[in-house]
Amino acid sequence: MINASLKELSLALAAKKVSSVELSSLFLDRIERLNPTLNAFVTVDREKSLVMARDADARIAAGTAGPLTGIPIAQKDIFCAEGWLSTCGSKMLANFVSPYDATVIRKMHAEAGLVSLGKTNMDEFAMGSSNETSFFGSVRNPWDTQRVPGGSSGGSAAAVAARLAPAATGTDTGGSIRQPAALCNLTGLKPTYGVVSRYGMIAFASSLDQGGPMAASAEDCALLLNTMVGFDERDSTSLERPVEDYARDLDKPLDGLRIGLPKEFFGEGCDAEVMAAVRAAIAEYEKLGATCVEVSLPNSHLSVPAYYVIAPAEASSNLSRFDGVRYGYRAPEYGNLDDMYMKTRAQGFGAEVKRRILIGAYVLSHGYYDAYYLQAQRIRRLIANDFVEAFKHCDVIMSPTSPSTAFKLGEKAADPVQMYLSDIYTIAVNLAGLPGMSIPCGFVGGLPVGLQLIGNYFAENRLLNVAHRYQQATDWHQRRPGGIE
Amino acid sequence: MLRLGGAVGKTFMIPYNAFHFKTLCTAKKSLAPMSLTLEQVKRIAHLARIEISDDEALTTQGHLNGIFQLIEQMQAVDTTGIEPMAHAQDVSQRLREDAVSEGDRRAAYQAVAPEIEAGLYLVPKVIE
Repeated sequence: MINASLKELSLALAAKKVSSVELSSLFLDRIERLNPTLNAFVTVDREKSLVMARDADARIAAGTAGPLTGIPIAQKDIFCAEGWLSTCGSKMLANFVSPYDATVIRKMHAEAGLVSLGKTNMDEFAMGSSNETSFFGSVRNPWDTQRVPGGSSGGSAAAVAARLAPAATGTDTGGSIRQPAALCNLTGLKPTYGVVSRYGMIAFASSLDQGGPMAASAEDCALLLNTMVGFDERDSTSLERPVEDYARDLDKPLDGLRIGLPKEFFGEGCDAEVMAAVRAAIAEYEKLGATCVEVSLPNSHLSVPAYYVIAPAEASSNLSRFDGVRYGYRAPEYGNLDDMYMKTRAQGFGAEVKRRILIGAYVLSHGYYDAYYLQAQRIRRLIANDFVEAFKHCDVIMSPTSPSTAFKLGEKAADPVQMYLSDIYTIAVNLAGLPGMSIPCGFVGGLPVGLQLIGNYFAENRLLNVAHRYQQATDWHQRRPGGIE
Repeated sequence: MLRLGGAVGKTFMIPYNAFHFKTLCTAKKSLAPMSLTLEQVKRIAHLARIEISDDEALTTQGHLNGIFQLIEQMQAVDTTGIEPMAHAQDVSQRLREDAVSEGDRRAAYQAVAPEIEAGLYLVPKVIE
C-alpha cells in the first residue's frame, strides 16, 4: 500500500478495501518511525489528520467523495493551514499558527477531501537549493542520508521519496519543485504562472512563485494538480481560464512530438554522466515516436544573474511585513520601535534570507534601480522571447533538471554563488512563467537523475502526457531508495 | 491600474509593493563594476532594518560582492528598446467591486500577535 499510486489508493478507498483512517495511520506511523532520520516533516498532528480522515470516510460512505477523497498527502510548510503551525522554515514564523487556509489548502481539504499528514521542512522562506537554510535543520535525502534532498521543497521531496506520504505539495520560484524532484527520483510539476493560486502561500518572489504537485508519477501529479488549480479572486495574478482535466491526455501517443534541445543546455556546465542519462532518455523518446530539433535560448546564461536581482528585490519588499508587530517572532529585548524592528529581523531571519533582503534593498535603492532592477526585467523579457521563438520549432523542450546529482550536506553551504548555480536549467522557466516538470530518467552512482520538460504556456496537459508515456515505457520512477521499508 | 513612472508606454504589472520604488526611477547611469564597501553593507542593512554586527557585515560584504560579480554579467547586454517584463502574462491589474468581502476576524488575527491590548497592536512608544 505504501507504494501504491493515487489511482490505486482511490480505487481501494472507493471499494472500501481500506479506510482513510487506516491509510492515514499507516503513513503517520511511517513518519513517526522514519522522520527522525530524514527530518522531512516539521509539524505532524495525528489527531488533526485523523479528524480529516474520518470526515473523508464519512464522505466516501455517503457517496459524496471526489476521486482523491481520503488520500493522505504532505503539505510544504509554505502553505498557511488554519490551526496548523505554518513556519516557512523560519524562526520568524516558528510560533505562527495560521488563522486561515491558503487557497490550495482549502481546495485540497474542503473540496477534494485530501488528508494532510503534516507540514514539510523547507529552505527558509523557500530561499535555497539544498534545504540547508531551514531553521529546523537540514533534510536528508532518502537515497543517501549524507546528501541533500535539494530545495527548497526538500522536505516534500524526501517525504514522498521515502514513502512517508503518497504525494506532496511544493512551490517553485527558481526550481524548488523540479530540482528536489530530480535529486529524490520524483515527478514534479511547476505550472504556468497564474494557474495555481498564491493566496496563503507565504510570498518569496511574487512574480515567480507558483505551487505545484510532487509525486511518484506524472499520473499522480495530474490527479493532484486537478485539485490545486483554479481562478482565485484573492490572488491578484490568478488567471481566469476554463477548467481542464489534467489526466485527460495522459495516454495520447507521442507520434510526431517535436522535442527542442537548447544547444546552450547541452554544452559545458553539466556532469557528464548526468548528461549521458539525459541523452539516453531523449533517445528513448525517439523510440516512442518523437523527433529532436536543436533550438537556441541565447540569453539563458543571463537567467541566474537576472533572477538574483528580481527575486531578492521582490523578497525584500515581501519580507518587510515581518516586523514583530502583527505576527511571528519579536525580539525579547529592545529599546525604541526602530530597535525592535532591527533586533526582531536580525534574530528572526537566517543568513541566506538576510543576504537576499540586502541584495533586494540595494538593487531597488536610489541610483541602482535602473541599472539593476529594470535591466533585470528587460533581460527577463529577452529570456521569455527566446522561449517564444524556440516553441515555433518544437512542442516541448528537454534538458537536465540539475547539473549534478544530490550533493553532500555542507558541500555548497559556504558559497552562495555555487549554490545558486544548481538552478541554471530551471530558473529561466520561472522568469518566462512557463510550465516545467522534472521526471526520473536514470541513476549515476546510485543517485537519481532528473529530465526537465518545459512546455509552452498552459501546456501542462501536453507535459503530463509526454512524461506519462515515458513512464509507461521505463521504470526509473518506480525505483525506491533502499533501507526505508 | 498602475503605471511605472514614464519608463514604458504600456501598462504592465509590477510586483507586490514594488511600486513604492517607482519614485526611485532615475536616468540610467553607467556604473563601475559592483563592489560594496563595508559602510554600504551597513547602510543597506539599516535600510532593511536588520541589525548587523561588524563581524557579520564583513562576512556579508564578501558574500554580496560574490553575488554582485555574478549579477554584473547583465551589464554587458544592450537592452535598449526592450520593455521591462514584470509578469509572465503581461496582464494588467484586475479590479474588484468596492464592496466589503471579508468578515470580522480581528480576534483570530490578533491571537497570533506578539503583544496586543484592547484590540490594538502594542509597539514601543513612538511619540514622546
